[in-house]
Amino acid sequence: MAKRIDVKDLDMYYGDFLAVKGVTMTIEPRAVTALIGPSGCGKSTFLRSLNRMHEVIPGAYVKGEVLVDDQNLYAPGVDPVGVRRRVGMVFQRPNPFPTMSIYDNVVAGVKLNSKRMKKSDMDDLVEASLKGANLWSEVKDRLAKPGSGLSGGQQQRLCIARTIAVKPDVVLMDEPCSALDPISTLAIEDLINDLKSEYTIVIVTHNMQQAARVSDMTGFFNLEATGQPGRLVEYDDTQKIFSNPGQKATEDYISGRFG
Amino acid sequence: MPDADLHALDQPAVRPVPQPTPAAPRPPTDTPLLHRRLPRFATLGMLAASLAVAILLGLTVWSLNPVALLLETAVLYGVAVFVTSSVVEGRRNAVDRLVTVVVTTFFLLALLPLVSVLIEVVGQGYQRFDLTFFTYSMRGVVGAGGGAYAAIVGTLIITALTTAVSVPIGILTAVYLVEYSKGGRLGKVLTFFVDVMTGIPSIVAGLFAVALFVLFLGPGARAGIIGSVALSVLMIPVVVRSTEEMLRLVPNELREASYALGVSRWRTITKVVLRTAVAGIVTGVTLAVARIIGETAPLLVTVGTTTSTNTNPFSGRMATLPVFSYYEYAQPGIPREPYLDRAWAAALTLIIIVMALNLIARLVSRIFAPKTGR
Amino acid sequence: MSTTSAKPRGVHDAPRYGDRIFAGAATGAGVIILLVLAGVAGFLLWQALPALTASPEDVRGGKGLFEYIYPLAFGTILTSVIALVIATPLSVGIALFITHYAPRRIALALGYVVDLLAAVPSIIYGLWGVYVVAPASVPVATWLSNWLGFLPFFGPSPSASGRTTLVVGVVLAIMILPVMTAVNREVFLQTPRLHEEASLALGATRWEMIRQAVLPFGRSAVISGAMLGLGRALGETMAVAIILSTAVGVHWDIIGTANSSTIAADIALQFPESSGLDVNTLIAAGLVLFFITLLVNMAARWVVSRRSEFSGAN
Repeated sequence: MAKRIDVKDLDMYYGDFLAVKGVTMTIEPRAVTALIGPSGCGKSTFLRSLNRMHEVIPGAYVKGEVLVDDQNLYAPGVDPVGVRRRVGMVFQRPNPFPTMSIYDNVVAGVKLNSKRMKKSDMDDLVEASLKGANLWSEVKDRLAKPGSGLSGGQQQRLCIARTIAVKPDVVLMDEPCSALDPISTLAIEDLINDLKSEYTIVIVTHNMQQAARVSDMTGFFNLEATGQPGRLVEYDDTQKIFSNPGQKATEDYISGRFG
Repeated sequence: MPDADLHALDQPAVRPVPQPTPAAPRPPTDTPLLHRRLPRFATLGMLAASLAVAILLGLTVWSLNPVALLLETAVLYGVAVFVTSSVVEGRRNAVDRLVTVVVTTFFLLALLPLVSVLIEVVGQGYQRFDLTFFTYSMRGVVGAGGGAYAAIVGTLIITALTTAVSVPIGILTAVYLVEYSKGGRLGKVLTFFVDVMTGIPSIVAGLFAVALFVLFLGPGARAGIIGSVALSVLMIPVVVRSTEEMLRLVPNELREASYALGVSRWRTITKVVLRTAVAGIVTGVTLAVARIIGETAPLLVTVGTTTSTNTNPFSGRMATLPVFSYYEYAQPGIPREPYLDRAWAAALTLIIIVMALNLIARLVSRIFAPKTGR
Repeated sequence: MSTTSAKPRGVHDAPRYGDRIFAGAATGAGVIILLVLAGVAGFLLWQALPALTASPEDVRGGKGLFEYIYPLAFGTILTSVIALVIATPLSVGIALFITHYAPRRIALALGYVVDLLAAVPSIIYGLWGVYVVAPASVPVATWLSNWLGFLPFFGPSPSASGRTTLVVGVVLAIMILPVMTAVNREVFLQTPRLHEEASLALGATRWEMIRQAVLPFGRSAVISGAMLGLGRALGETMAVAIILSTAVGVHWDIIGTANSSTIAADIALQFPESSGLDVNTLIAAGLVLFFITLLVNMAARWVVSRRSEFSGAN
């Protein structure tokens, strides 16, 4: 149930500090959108504002609109809890719940929502989610073991399984591979490619090769100067961004001249 | 989006065959994106109504006891919020709101004793909180009059003595633990036993001092120094703990910078490490003093009490504020009132001292804290 | 630091007396603490010995040391358990309020306020208990007696003065609340942000996040905090001595006029008027109390040291 996201003139604040200014973009369904840019330019802040995780930080708030299927996430009366169920998130460092088994980690989000689910349905869901995250074959014999016993890459795929188990419309990924080795990174990138048939995926990455490999669209964020808010400089087809960028700043960044 | 070329270029040659994802049962959704929420005025209104009903109940059938009032309001409000929220917002939000009510109630419930203690002590203690109370002892006093001069002097002497014993031992032990032990055996044993020492009941510390001084003074002896030894047993672990914590906060770079300048170890510790941590150590010591100054039980069994002023801690009974307060309460004459008034006045004095020490400790740590950007 | 820098440095450097003395002093201080602790056990044992070896009819009460101490131990444990039952959920709730519900700016100040509860001397809690809590408890005790009288804890004739085991338990609960809250607060604050955010990102409400991420992380600390609180309650003296109206023997009724005294309170009440073998008897009781609290505290430390194993914290 991939959904289109329309962002309209979105400003993100931490208290009085304007972190990201005036972002307007349309994120396509069933595609991977990569957000690139130098450190501190507000990519992650922007990503977190797409499922209202931004406001978890005390004093942080947002101005503007984020429309998912023409419904504004920031409209009065919208419950952030409901938003986060529709728009899932995978974090920079894998964070399975340490006291839960692999099985319980996968159904952690589902259990919040449904009062009673048949054991067999639950088992099916765990299998489907773990298969969806390309992890099933590796863990199917030790579902009752703690999730913290897995390798970093496996933990991250477990977190992806946990996220897709609640059947979100959108999956946000905040540098999902930055804490992983190259082989695990490859596994995650393959997974992202598989997932885009069903979900709208937005991924923040520092790795430009990764953006080029996995994404269909790419947005480049940058600061005009230190102390200034970050902004979306250019947003286009990934191919275009990497072969023939429209802005000088984008070209400089991609060719490694700064950042 | 036509991006096949790009992918073909960058992707590894061998790719695992993507596994088809079987259609999983879709979990039932009970959190629609836009659902009704309880408006703020509704919850505020329910809170006000609950409070009103609780007061009404208090005025008619029950009592206006603040604990009862708080609990009644909380129960009424909790039920009201839970029911309305269940209907309007769904069960999960209702549970969330209910927990918020419970947790907030618990916190307010914890504040009530503090407020009540302060009100009671001030209300009962102010009557004899006068000049006579601070300038006269109880020598030859029967009935009204008299004061806690002897007790205040005694408390000051014994506390000073205790501090003089505990602070050097406590700080040096903390220095040993942080700077010298390096995870050695003695360090581990010491850490464990300091923890054990923190848990010694104050009365047991008193009995220990009594048993110890049987050796020097024979059975049945009472003296200020015995009380100081008992209180030291209670104070030392507190000083060790807080100092240790502060020393561990001193960044290692500072020590290394000092060593790199060719400064010897003990000078590094005294001039750099302890100097950096001094505010925290003073705070810890002040809080430790605040803790032992109100101790009653160990003094009861080691120092006893007396009516006149005794300034020699090495011989004879001494009066101290907490014990004075206890005996005025527990063994009053007839009429009882003057005795009880003195007991409460001593309690008021004690609580003022303790609160002042706490305040000083917080101020010291705030004003003199090293600017480490923490 | 001219004295040190002036000295020539080398392998055959003169011994640094300053360093040696200071290191010796620091080590010595540590050794003193160990000696004191050994002394506590040793001297108590030494002074308790006459009571341990005395013939039963000479011991206070005339039935021997065990018969004297065990009702006191019962009272000690009963009051402390009541305190623990009340204080544990309260301390968890208060710690959650301070760490996860109160606005950040005032959370620290609220923590101080709860800490102030620990600063109030126990004698004041005793006076306050007699004057405020005890009278207020009478209607509650009457209600308990009427409606829950079938339980052994709630006897048919509640005390009119309110100086009961129940009131002592409540006052002890208030006294141990700060230390337990401090432990819980500390560990709840340490909950990894990653786990909290993981939970929120799955669409958890605040309470669901706490149940998924915060409570599992803090569980063992809550247990050890409760044990530390228990240790305090077991050893608390003056509040019990002032409030409780005691009677010899074991009494399960916690709202009646006859209540089992506690070891600590009994020592405080009897010691000033005792001499000879009675003093030895009381010291023996103190030794028992020492070992009970020692066991509880060591159990608490053990739980803390095991924490890293089953919390899975990185």
